[in-house]
Amino acid sequence: MNIHEYQAKAVLKEYGAPVAEGVAIFSADEAKAAADKLPGPLWVVKSQIHAGGRGKGKFKELGPDAKGGVRLAFSKDEVESHANEMLGNTLVTAQTGDAGKVVNRLYIEDGADIDRELYLSLLVDRTCGQVAFVASTEGGMDIEEVAHATPEKILTLPINPLEGVTEEKASALCDTLKLEGEARADGMKLFPILYKAFVEKDMALLEINPLIVMENGRLRVLDAKVSFDGNALFRHEDIVALRDKTEEDEKEIEASKHDLAYVALDGNIGCMVNGAGLAMATMDIIKLYGAEPANFLDVGGGATKEKVTSAFKIITSDPNVQGILVNIFGGIMRCDVIAEGVLAAVKEVGLQVPLVVRLEGTNVELGKQIINESGMNVIPADDLDDAAQKIVAAVKEVA
Amino acid sequence: MSILVDKDTKVIVQGLTGKTGTFHTEQALAYYGTKMVAGVHPKKGGETWSSGIEGAAELPIYASVKEAKEATGANASVVYVPPAGAAAAIIEAIDAEIPFIVCITEGIPVADMVKVKARLENSNSRLLGPNCPGVLTPEECKIGIMPGSIFKKGNVGIVSRSGTLTYEAVFQTTQEGLGQTTAVGIGGDPVKGTEFIDMLDLFLDDPETESIIMIGEIGGSAEEEASEWLKEQAAKGRKKPMVGFIAGRTAPPGRTMGHAGAVISGGKGGAEDKIAAMEDAGIRVSPSPAKLGKTLVALLEELKQGA
Repeated sequence: MNIHEYQAKAVLKEYGAPVAEGVAIFSADEAKAAADKLPGPLWVVKSQIHAGGRGKGKFKELGPDAKGGVRLAFSKDEVESHANEMLGNTLVTAQTGDAGKVVNRLYIEDGADIDRELYLSLLVDRTCGQVAFVASTEGGMDIEEVAHATPEKILTLPINPLEGVTEEKASALCDTLKLEGEARADGMKLFPILYKAFVEKDMALLEINPLIVMENGRLRVLDAKVSFDGNALFRHEDIVALRDKTEEDEKEIEASKHDLAYVALDGNIGCMVNGAGLAMATMDIIKLYGAEPANFLDVGGGATKEKVTSAFKIITSDPNVQGILVNIFGGIMRCDVIAEGVLAAVKEVGLQVPLVVRLEGTNVELGKQIINESGMNVIPADDLDDAAQKIVAAVKEVA
Repeated sequence: MSILVDKDTKVIVQGLTGKTGTFHTEQALAYYGTKMVAGVHPKKGGETWSSGIEGAAELPIYASVKEAKEATGANASVVYVPPAGAAAAIIEAIDAEIPFIVCITEGIPVADMVKVKARLENSNSRLLGPNCPGVLTPEECKIGIMPGSIFKKGNVGIVSRSGTLTYEAVFQTTQEGLGQTTAVGIGGDPVKGTEFIDMLDLFLDDPETESIIMIGEIGGSAEEEASEWLKEQAAKGRKKPMVGFIAGRTAPPGRTMGHAGAVISGGKGGAEDKIAAMEDAGIRVSPSPAKLGKTLVALLEELKQGA
């Protein structure tokens, strides 16, 4: 689960990390009051969307010469005029895709005089199974590009969970980031704080890009991107409350209500599969035969008829879907349950597109029987290969 | 021969009394009499679990893993405990020095697994999973949730990050008449007990395993590391014919595809790099998940004619 920058900063502030003062606003008439609360003489007006690259992003509705999604303001009036221009418009960045994202929230922040921009993040390093810091002096840039061009400028430092951030590890981070004087003292305090926040809040990623050394020699968290481990949300009500559903795909929200793993994609063949690996492989094989999947959907291991019905309805609610492939290899999942779920969904919402069903595994004969006797216009398939070829052919025929 | 489990493996069940634990324990007992010997429940010690299947066994329940192990001589444990308590259950099994622990539970917080991983270091236990289908040696022992009916005793070793793709590999090798020595699902989580290399090492050592199917997916770099390791082993003359597959060629970056560990992030973990690494290690990568069995048969045929 992702949260906005201003929310991430509030979480980090609770733990004592140095962040600037700021106020989040939802409409332009709040801009003046927000600016009044901050000292000035420099303000930063930042679009709050769940995507990076905001500074270089462009608003669709504004001309190509208009400023981007993060703007400096040298007066309170300017804060207000920026807010008027930005709120409600669509920001397109390198990470949003061409559709962009509508900016519904702004964060008005106290400006800072920047001396140096650094990069710092925490994530779970799966090679060693530990939380690791990633640090570089090359802040403010795309860290993937830095990693590609100058890997020697990046330090990856795993933290032993039984020890935490030792003085030695914190020093190593300071050295990598070339922190001296007050900034070094700030760093020695900051690194354990960030680790604590990461672990206690079950974060999946905490990225500070940039972490800045200000002209007064102190450290400050200038930007913060935080995402949380979905598996751990059950123990963090405070974090769940920060979820912004306007940032999510409606079909994905509906799927999450039914505990279905669903990811919307751009193609035209809807897929319903059990198991994440098989679901990915089903997408791959559709592509192999020259078509594109409309979604990833794993109904999971122990799905009920109701869950299968919901899944089928989510797939058919996507206007791009021109054909559906149901691919089930029943282990725990019984084929008859799948068949009944599909049948119930078709009865409820109808079937306007070709449907190919491949069933294998537990109770396969019963499942096939239910489908055959239903009178539904289903194209049966013997195996995965057969199923993929049939749905791709059926969709091409319709088109 | 086989790896990890055989007809002598004695298994206790943590989370036996729940619906999932009960169902799969019944299935395991029904699969060539897998030696399920006891259940563990902190509050139900002294009670008896009975299967819903008529005439099937009853199992004693102990209050702790340690007690269950002492009473039954169990050398393996399977964990069906729900996510919030699963890590604690694994740690209890580690503390009781159970040599082989299999965790089926899906959805354990990563931070909990980081703690488990630290406890596994310097312990006497091997952990398989979590978020995995378990392990099955045909006609001998079934731990976990794999459907026994698709297996056939044979000579292919199967190791996979994905459950249902394990079934595909098993099903297809059965259809081709090859059968399996053992099939292992290592699980789809980012932090887990067993990686590909551990299993490949056992399969290379097992005399009955004549070929190996390895199924990976996007995310992380375990497939690349395994490929590198296989190259080193091959240089020492340790190698077997291998077929591979990587799921997620069409997955968009930055999106988690069902498995917590299946995500292309920071430009890493994409399918193409993994496929290239596997091919470089001499693995025949199947372009289609439907052709794992046929690809292996073709490879074995080529090797036979080349010999």
